[in-house]
Amino acid sequence: MNQKPPQIQLGYSNPSLIRIFLYIIMIAGGVVLIFPIVWMVITALKGSESLAAYPPNLFPWPMMWRNFIDGLKILPFATFYKNSLIITISCMIGDVLTSALVAYGFSRFKFYGREVLFILVLSTMLLPLQVTIVPRFILFRKFGWVDNFWPIIVPAFLGGSGFYIFLLRQFFMGIPNEIADAAKIDGCSPMGIFWRIYLPLSKPALATIAIFSFMYNWNDFFVPLVFLNSKEKYTVQLGLNLFMDQYNVNWSYLMSNAILATLPCFIIFFFAQRFFIQGIAMTGVKE
Amino acid sequence: MLSRVRIKENLWGYLFIMPWLIGFILLWGGPVVSSFIISLYNWSILDPPKWLGLRNYERLVTDQLFWQSLKVTGIYIIIVVPALLFLSLFAAMLLNNKLRGVRLFRTIYYTPVVVSGVVLAVAWLWLLNPNYGFVNYFLRTVLGVEGPRWLNSSFWALPSVIVVSLWRIGTTMVIFLAGIQEIPAQLYEAADIDGARWSAKFRFITLPMLSPVLLFNVFMLIIESFQVFTPVYVMTEGGPHYATLMYVLYLYNNAFVFLKMGYASALAWVFFLIMMVFTIILLKSSNRWVFYQGGEK
Repeated sequence: MNQKPPQIQLGYSNPSLIRIFLYIIMIAGGVVLIFPIVWMVITALKGSESLAAYPPNLFPWPMMWRNFIDGLKILPFATFYKNSLIITISCMIGDVLTSALVAYGFSRFKFYGREVLFILVLSTMLLPLQVTIVPRFILFRKFGWVDNFWPIIVPAFLGGSGFYIFLLRQFFMGIPNEIADAAKIDGCSPMGIFWRIYLPLSKPALATIAIFSFMYNWNDFFVPLVFLNSKEKYTVQLGLNLFMDQYNVNWSYLMSNAILATLPCFIIFFFAQRFFIQGIAMTGVKE
Repeated sequence: MLSRVRIKENLWGYLFIMPWLIGFILLWGGPVVSSFIISLYNWSILDPPKWLGLRNYERLVTDQLFWQSLKVTGIYIIIVVPALLFLSLFAAMLLNNKLRGVRLFRTIYYTPVVVSGVVLAVAWLWLLNPNYGFVNYFLRTVLGVEGPRWLNSSFWALPSVIVVSLWRIGTTMVIFLAGIQEIPAQLYEAADIDGARWSAKFRFITLPMLSPVLLFNVFMLIIESFQVFTPVYVMTEGGPHYATLMYVLYLYNNAFVFLKMGYASALAWVFFLIMMVFTIILLKSSNRWVFYQGGEK
């Protein structure tokens, strides 16, 4: 056998030809998928004459690195970044903390109605947010929270999302009950067991949730769009959309701003890829 | 004594799930019920609500734009879901081969998912620009064809939005990849001994073993596709001539642009019912095509 399972084996006689063929497909797919992002970078580095040139320059020269600074000056992007960071980090703390608490409750205690309630947790994963947006808006408006970060942050502190609870519960179920029981005999309270045993043992899972939460909240568009009205409260994504809506938009600046809007997620993705991929893989396979 | 332990279990359990319970009542369960009540009123939020009964629903039936948005979203789902399933399964199988640099390619294939919806939309707006865009330049020089006006054309706008959505194969692909790697190697070894061809192995091992993962992916893709909002909001605003008026965009416009909270709630409720029916059909039918290791589930 030339190749080892479980990879998909190809029942042909010339493996090296097949390999070349596979490489070609793989590279072609990669080029197609990455191209919009590469083109964004190329466009961001163009000066105004290079931008207007036809046929379009594939290699902008001289490279206008200044665009990355100048583009930010057109709108209050510093404020947008600050807002996005406040929202994203608050949501991340809320998501990790409360989804862990709830998942702990579901996995450690046999309370009345646990199964039914857990099905409700799962059902919120299937229920589109948009179905609930009008009553949410009316409710938060009653609280005086419109054009405020609270409607975005508070839901994160109410269990995060069904998806995070589900993921963490799966993880907690894998922690042997004996450890917690031993701690209980030593006089550890349920809260102590949560803090001293469950949380330290599930650092990788918590990191996964933190990364998911960061990416989701940093990239989210719909909820901030509904709840934030004034420019000073805008997130980066809303700011980018506002920038695009301008009459006579400068494409180089738009692309440089779009890249800067993506940078935090890119950095996290490349450094924490392992957690990220593991988390996604867990959702579909380990049910 | 025993009952005291039971009571304690209950208290601690409910204490820990309390954040979610409050969230569920305020943000999910409550809104589903109250959106039905709101849908019985004419309410701009600024004035007191006026009772309409079921008239919002009667209006839905005759509302051309409602049917248009259902049609557009339906076409979108029917094309995007199978296409994404096919492409991501193909990519997962491709990237499961032991080739040099395959890890790097997994990262590359995943990258478009890391980019936000707004950024991806903005990138494509530029690529599809009729005059200066790369796509039309490419068509002109390589194929010698004059490209259409893409997002400005009522015929090409929806296909353009669909193509943009196909860039996000990453999540589905990673789930498939994990599923493929869970398939026991012995199955393929046994098939090799029997001299099975590649196609037979795919048909009789990979596909049945992947069917639970496939079900999960179908579910998630349908739900996600039904909620598509950002690309059309940013790129087309539903136009031209309502050619890309997705359901959620119409709902959003009714609620937050036209301030018709009652009518938007009726749309939300219809949305809710459609999702329910879909879920039930998919789960019922899955008994027939999903294969669970270790028997029925």
